[in-house]
Amino acid sequence: MSKATNRKNRAGRRGPLATVALLAIGLFFTGGAYALISNGTAEAQSDINSQEMIDEGEKLFAANCATCHGVNLEGSDIAPTLIGVGAASVDFQVGTGRMPLAASGPQGQEKPEQFTDQQVKAMAAYVASLSVGPPIPDPRYLDEQGDAANGAELFRINCAMCHNVAGSGGALTEGKWAPAINSTPAHTYEAMITGPQNMPVFNDANLSPEDKRDIITALAYIKDTPSVGGYALGALGPVAEGLFAWVFGMGAIVAVTVWLTAKSN
Amino acid sequence: MTAAASSYLDDRTSISAVVKEFGRKIFPDHWSFMLGEVALYSFVVILLTGSWLTFFFDPSMTEVDYEGSFVPLKGVEMSAAMASSLDISFDIRGGLLMRQMHHWAALLFIASIGLHMLRIYFTGAFRKPRELNWVIGFVLFILAMAEGFTGYSLPDDLLSGNGLRIIDGMVKGIPVIGTWISFLLFGGEFPGTVIIPRLYTLHILLLPAVIVALIALHLVFVVVHKHTQFAGPGKTNQNVVGVPILPTFAAKAGGFFFIVFGVIALMATFFTINPIWNYGPYDPSPVSAGTQPDWYIGFADGALRLIPPGLEFDFLERTYSFNILIPMAALGLFIVLAMIYPFIEYWITGDKREHHLLDRPRNAPVRTAIGAAGVTFYGVLWAAASSDLMATHFHVAVEHVIHTLQALVFLAPVIAFIVTKRICLALQKKDREIALHGFESGRIVKLPGGEFIEVHEQLDEYERWKLVSYTDYAPLMIRPNSRGKITVAQRARAGVSRWFFEDRIAPVASKDLEVSHDNTH
Ligand code: HEC
Ligand code: HEC
Ligand code: HEM
Repeated sequence: MSKATNRKNRAGRRGPLATVALLAIGLFFTGGAYALISNGTAEAQSDINSQEMIDEGEKLFAANCATCHGVNLEGSDIAPTLIGVGAASVDFQVGTGRMPLAASGPQGQEKPEQFTDQQVKAMAAYVASLSVGPPIPDPRYLDEQGDAANGAELFRINCAMCHNVAGSGGALTEGKWAPAINSTPAHTYEAMITGPQNMPVFNDANLSPEDKRDIITALAYIKDTPSVGGYALGALGPVAEGLFAWVFGMGAIVAVTVWLTAKSN
Repeated sequence: MTAAASSYLDDRTSISAVVKEFGRKIFPDHWSFMLGEVALYSFVVILLTGSWLTFFFDPSMTEVDYEGSFVPLKGVEMSAAMASSLDISFDIRGGLLMRQMHHWAALLFIASIGLHMLRIYFTGAFRKPRELNWVIGFVLFILAMAEGFTGYSLPDDLLSGNGLRIIDGMVKGIPVIGTWISFLLFGGEFPGTVIIPRLYTLHILLLPAVIVALIALHLVFVVVHKHTQFAGPGKTNQNVVGVPILPTFAAKAGGFFFIVFGVIALMATFFTINPIWNYGPYDPSPVSAGTQPDWYIGFADGALRLIPPGLEFDFLERTYSFNILIPMAALGLFIVLAMIYPFIEYWITGDKREHHLLDRPRNAPVRTAIGAAGVTFYGVLWAAASSDLMATHFHVAVEHVIHTLQALVFLAPVIAFIVTKRICLALQKKDREIALHGFESGRIVKLPGGEFIEVHEQLDEYERWKLVSYTDYAPLMIRPNSRGKITVAQRARAGVSRWFFEDRIAPVASKDLEVSHDNTH
């Protein structure tokens, strides 16, 4: 099932119409975000997109990314074009350590990030300066103060089939997988708007920024609230529970029976 | 005073006869003889905690807005069943502990039944006169699974709803009548509004009543038949040897209940089970990754996962879903064969003797090998139910896991059969060697002639008894029936019997022993 959704989404994103739609959404979003920006964030935002940042980003990009993605973001045989992916995608991909891509495998993996936050933002600014795409999300949506109940429900409907209800991850087809979610609010938001690799894009028509904020709130609740029932066994569900019942529960009881009968002989 | 009271009771109930009978029971002298007790005690824990849960659980599918204290579900619409399960978990003192004890005890209950059954099987304790008790036990095993599944469905959370959806799909897969049965079961189109109250009646009334009755019958049979024992000096087919429970071991036997209780309580205190608040209320659209049934239904889930796609055919405007029918038929056959195994083995061996002495598994190589094949088959299906988790945790593709298991479901039982049989025969050979020639002591002695030999030490009588006393069998002979004919069925029977017994190591007879001892001394 997830395969079908994936295929559709990948195809949808790559198709020319979808690119146009994405551009339109991106434009709308930047415009909208710009209009909404108030005092404090406005400074940060302009700072991030300053010419110095872009220049620094260009250098870093040429040194680390251009071999695969091309000097003008045009892409190559081994890597997709970055035109239109936006600052959000770069921030997510580099910020979670997925890029620069290390080994070829079914999917790029999270690894310790190689750049400082400043450098990541610089590259994001550089990519965003060449083409329009989803920007780095507005901090208003990242405060984890939304409606957890709505967010949890949206998460169950939109995300749980891949990521598991508790966000502890799950298998996809062909050796791919949806990772356990323990990302920062910004990366979570960016994952939703950019749809990394096999994850579908959740644009603002699917899930409004408020909905995304709610989802982030619900995920934060799961992460920050200690498990009420005791140790959660990885929140992996009945398989982990069954394994535990057999290995530890039955193990302990069988050990006791052996001990009792040994004494009776 | 107590004496007077007890005699008052006894005069009216003859209870002392019962106490005497149970008190004279032998305290088990092999750990595996206590597995049935583990099942019994975990069932008692289930009854206690389950009764407590009924005080607070509301088996209704009426939609309510959750107003309890779990924030991420506040205001969410859900069934009263789900809301009351959440209340038990978050707002009723001790509720979560009780829920978790109930669920962990259920997992252990069925696990201990499974192990108990394996011990009965591999020691041949199901042979005459205990065949019926095997069948009763097996019915208990099936009822226990049904009890577990109905319980798992009650909270009406996302996970259990997905489980019911699969059952609904399986029922609908039955040709012609499937849809009707499904509508009957769910009182209309799935999920409807009656399934939870119906399952509740099954879960707290019908199934437990039948289980209690059958356990009682099961135990009466155990008392009537006396317990089996392993061969040993003085232990024969006619007696039961050991230390009686009363007075010495009564405390120990009773204490064992509290140990089982304690293990369950510890698990429930420190380890989460079935966190329904993560799953949220049932809603037919979402399905979570990692949706699995409890372990004891896993083999059925696995069978569904292993069946290749594309086995649906349309015929006369009806759809025949062989991707559901084949697993159902295969599992049904597997269960029936296991249930009637004592009769199958009787048919093969033609053995009409009573058996109160247990076989060591190695001394019945083909039976042990069949058992190993069955366990392997079950194990592969079981593993298939967690194919997705194996994929993520071992970083392999789900498709590879599935294809490997599809091959293994056929190959692994065969391999298990062959390997187990070989191992049994090898062990028997070793036993025979040791009984005849003693075991290697590791002491090397130089003989006057300059030759080195290793001293073989003889076993003591007790040890040797264990090794040599088992009954030997011969394949059935074909005998003409009253009309002087040999029927096909008889030929088949003789054929299977030959296969069952063809490779065997005869036990050491006392004659052989004497000869070998004369040689060594
Ligand atoms: C070894 C080659 C390689 C290098 C080096 C590399 N990438 Fe990538 N990158 C890829 C590939 C391949 C993908 C496509 C991954 C996928 O979708 O499965 C990708 C995807 C991306 C994406 C997501 C594109 C989308 O469609 O959303 C971004 C953003 C990105 N890379 C940025 C970078 C940045 C920034 C760097 C430098 C720090 C970098 N990459 C270095 C190979 C590379
Ligand atoms: C079709 C399956 C699918 C769905 C549906 C899906 N995701 Fe993902 N998600 C993925 C995959 C695959 C990745 C890994 C991408 C990668 O490694 O580049 C991922 C990655 C992520 C990450 C990054 C995790 C990390 O390791 O840094 C977050 C956060 C995330 N998803 C959140 C969500 C949210 C929130 C939703 C629902 C709105 C959602 N996903 C829906 C498949 C999915
Ligand atoms: C509700 C589940 C069950 C309970 C509570 C239970 C309980 C017991 C107990 C207490 C004993 C005596 C001690 C022992 O040998 O372990 C026993 C014996 C026995 N059980 Fe069970 N049992 C259950 C299920 C089963 C199953 C599933 C089978 C097999 C299919 C089975 C077959 C037998 C047999 C044949 C004996 C006699 C063993 C002998 O005398 O060696 N039982 N049971």
